[in-house]
Amino acid sequence: MLSQILYALPFLAEGFALTLWVSLLVVVLSLIAGVLLGVGLVYGPAPVRWSVRIFSDTIRGIPILVLMFFVYYGLPAVGLHLQSFWAAVLALTLFKTAQVVEYVRGAVASIPKGQSEAAMAIGLTFRQRLTSVIFPQAFRRFLPPWINGVTDAVKGSALVSLLGITDLMQAINQVIGRTYEAMPLYILGALIYFAVNYALSYASRRLERRFAFIRD
Amino acid sequence: MGYTLNFNLIWRHFDKLWGGLLLSLELAVISIAIGIVIGLVLAVWYVSAGRVVRTIIAAYVEFIRNVPLILLVYLVFYGVPTVVDLAYSAPTSFVVTLSVYSGAYLVEVFRSGLEAVPRGQLDAGKAIGLTPWQRLIHVRLPTMLRITLPALSNTFISLFKDTSIASVISVPELTYGAQWINFNTFRIVEVYLVTTAMYLVTGYALLFALRLVERRFRAAR
Repeated sequence: MLSQILYALPFLAEGFALTLWVSLLVVVLSLIAGVLLGVGLVYGPAPVRWSVRIFSDTIRGIPILVLMFFVYYGLPAVGLHLQSFWAAVLALTLFKTAQVVEYVRGAVASIPKGQSEAAMAIGLTFRQRLTSVIFPQAFRRFLPPWINGVTDAVKGSALVSLLGITDLMQAINQVIGRTYEAMPLYILGALIYFAVNYALSYASRRLERRFAFIRD
Repeated sequence: MGYTLNFNLIWRHFDKLWGGLLLSLELAVISIAIGIVIGLVLAVWYVSAGRVVRTIIAAYVEFIRNVPLILLVYLVFYGVPTVVDLAYSAPTSFVVTLSVYSGAYLVEVFRSGLEAVPRGQLDAGKAIGLTPWQRLIHVRLPTMLRITLPALSNTFISLFKDTSIASVISVPELTYGAQWINFNTFRIVEVYLVTTAMYLVTGYALLFALRLVERRFRAAR
């Protein structure tokens, strides 16, 4: 049994690398999109606010699996052909973006109104108020939940295995298909996911403590 | 965009979606019921236990929270029967998985709820001569439940969405029904539009209903 698992390790490592690659792409892309949309949700004109609100509430209201199948099977049906890898990344990114939007909204809302008013009183322009007063403070509120949410991206990436992409989850299933050693391999896989995510949530807790001095 | 929407085939197979939705709800309700029992017992045990028990409970919570649900579903359905002599159906297997999964999240919810019960209430209970057991049943748990109701409803709604993972072991819930129609009729856009609407309407209806319940039982401040 052990020799079989050792034999499978390079294959699992490849899958693991893909899991990390998908997670990284999703985290980075959703961070960019989420911050832009989040700022639009807080400061944008009414049509932008409403669009972002509807986007976020819809995406967060459905299972990620449904969103993934919708994107994966639906896009080719309307004539858009994406590689399955990119379809999966797109779906996971849409899902994560909606979360980031809410972190941004929460972080900005947690900054006392007085800060904005004080900045206005000393004559800062809108852009200056955002970049020098609101964002530096909101960033500290945003970071801990966001890092904690990175574990969701890593866990969510396991669903790409359902689209025939050989990530860690799929690699494990394929090795089981050849060796019939289901239990040891699932446990090994669980431990790998656990190690990555536990490290991430540990980092998030450390940051939270680090930024705990900020009060309302 | 040479795609014309045609919902006829969806309505013809709508029983797959409707039956799937009911099964999704059933799976979520049974799982959260068992999850609440797991969460309550472990949370009460945790706050009064020694170091070893605390470590074990914390390990359970951290393990479940940091592993993808789909892996847990596979592990219970395909892995466990290879090492223990048990036979169970896919829905049973999924309910077990989702219960253990939700239990881990609810231990955390209940544990912080128990810590939020005001000290004065416990002292008052002691002062009128309640035994520790009576204080738990009549003072701590009712107050804790009121405090944790919003977190409970959120957990329930996210469990309802998580039931879609049951489709990977062919439990015929809503996502499975959607896939069935996808593969058999190729009305892909239509079926996922309808499925999305069904998840959204059900999810927000549940949220609305649960918020009403919360308002009714809100903890006095």
